[in-house]
Amino acid sequence: MSDIAAAFDQALALILHADAELIAIVLLTLRVSLSAVALATLVALPLGGALALYRFPGRKALVVLLNALMGLPPVVVGLVVYLLLSRSGPLGALGLLFTPGAMIFAQFVLVTPIVAALTRQVIEDLWTEYSEQLRSLGAQPGRAVFTLIWDGRYSLLTAVMAGFGRVSAEVGAVLIVGGNIAHVTRVMTTAIALETSKGDLPLALGLGLLLIGLSIAINGAAYLLRDAARVAHG
Amino acid sequence: MAETLLRPRPDEPAAGILPLRLEGVAYAAGGQTLIGGLSFELGAGSRTLVLGPNGSGKSLLLRLCHGLIAPTEGQVRWLGPAASAARERQAMVFQRPVLLRRSALANVTYGLALRHVPRRERRERALEALQMSGLAPLAQRPARVLSGGEQQRLALARAWALRPEVLFLDEPTASLDPAAMRAVEAVIAAIHAAGSKIVMTTHDLGQARRLADEVLFLHRGRLLEHTPAERFFAAPGSAEARAFLRGELLW
Repeated sequence: MSDIAAAFDQALALILHADAELIAIVLLTLRVSLSAVALATLVALPLGGALALYRFPGRKALVVLLNALMGLPPVVVGLVVYLLLSRSGPLGALGLLFTPGAMIFAQFVLVTPIVAALTRQVIEDLWTEYSEQLRSLGAQPGRAVFTLIWDGRYSLLTAVMAGFGRVSAEVGAVLIVGGNIAHVTRVMTTAIALETSKGDLPLALGLGLLLIGLSIAINGAAYLLRDAARVAHG
Repeated sequence: MAETLLRPRPDEPAAGILPLRLEGVAYAAGGQTLIGGLSFELGAGSRTLVLGPNGSGKSLLLRLCHGLIAPTEGQVRWLGPAASAARERQAMVFQRPVLLRRSALANVTYGLALRHVPRRERRERALEALQMSGLAPLAQRPARVLSGGEQQRLALARAWALRPEVLFLDEPTASLDPAAMRAVEAVIAAIHAAGSKIVMTTHDLGQARRLADEVLFLHRGRLLEHTPAERFFAAPGSAEARAFLRGELLW
């Protein structure tokens, strides 16, 4: 119990002192995860929407595959991205390994299937409601996808937040491709793993509490935004 | 405002897509024929009301005519000289309007954008349609917060802005109170007056008497009558229609 009490003290102290190193870690964490989620959203919304509307051979298999990819193990993704980005790998020339760019890349791979699979479900449900009306107005599927994404924007925000929750909490992928280098690629989860292995449990737990607090704050902001928009736009 | 909509428009050729002919049309699903043996022709100008008890296939008939579903047998053909443009010259209003999560005005301009109306014309045409439907003061309101009657009038305005030669309406007043129903009927009358052919289903006999020029009477997926409204209401030809008019035919 004393460890947990000490952890709360630590978390409080971390926030109150707000030392430069911690701030840098928090900012890098946000930068990596938010960039990965933003890029994934750009790809996953049209991808999930297209999968909901277009009918082609192998579609069902693709849906099952996409749903399965939601559970991709971060360490495996980290390893594959590591191989791609390593000096001798196909993308080695980019020189991204052990940089924040590599971490964004790995998290992008992790989060895209999640947002795409959830989008596919949301848009497919909307399509049953909108299909006749949109076809009557003359909307081709390519147009309808974007109409439905816009109309489903509140539900899709939840899908995006689910993706954010996943990447901001994962440690395996960013550790492998980032390397947890102080001041360069150290994020909150890798810092927690490091402090735990060093035996500084209160500091590790304190960082953990801070991470949870950040996640709550971002989700809360998204929720309030969605609520306000819903009241205004119906 | 009515004059501007009635005015002949240079972008529209005088030639139309009507008449619409159905030849031996049937639709089956799950091994069951839901509607069958349909052969009739609909001409320009008149208001055709599709009547029949629940489950007689009224909505299905409208969807087949509008091209939302393909018949499993027979053919649905537009015979007018502009038949190749049939898709763009018709519109449909559904029992439960599906409005987009955007303003009333943007719902109307959306339909115009899909018909490739130049951007600068969209707003003007949309405002005109909203005006005709009595919704001009609500143009900037989110469509989804409008009342049921306003939503249905907005759906009509959206269809009307497309200036369809044929407008299909599937029970457009089924879930509205009497005042909202009258408002919707007034908009339908104005659309008809502006030159659109109306094809509409209803289960409300009073409404059918008010609006119909001719009647298609369906029963269990079969077309039993296709007659001028006066004759249908005064002397229906089939026993089923007589029972229906007495309120005794429930399905």
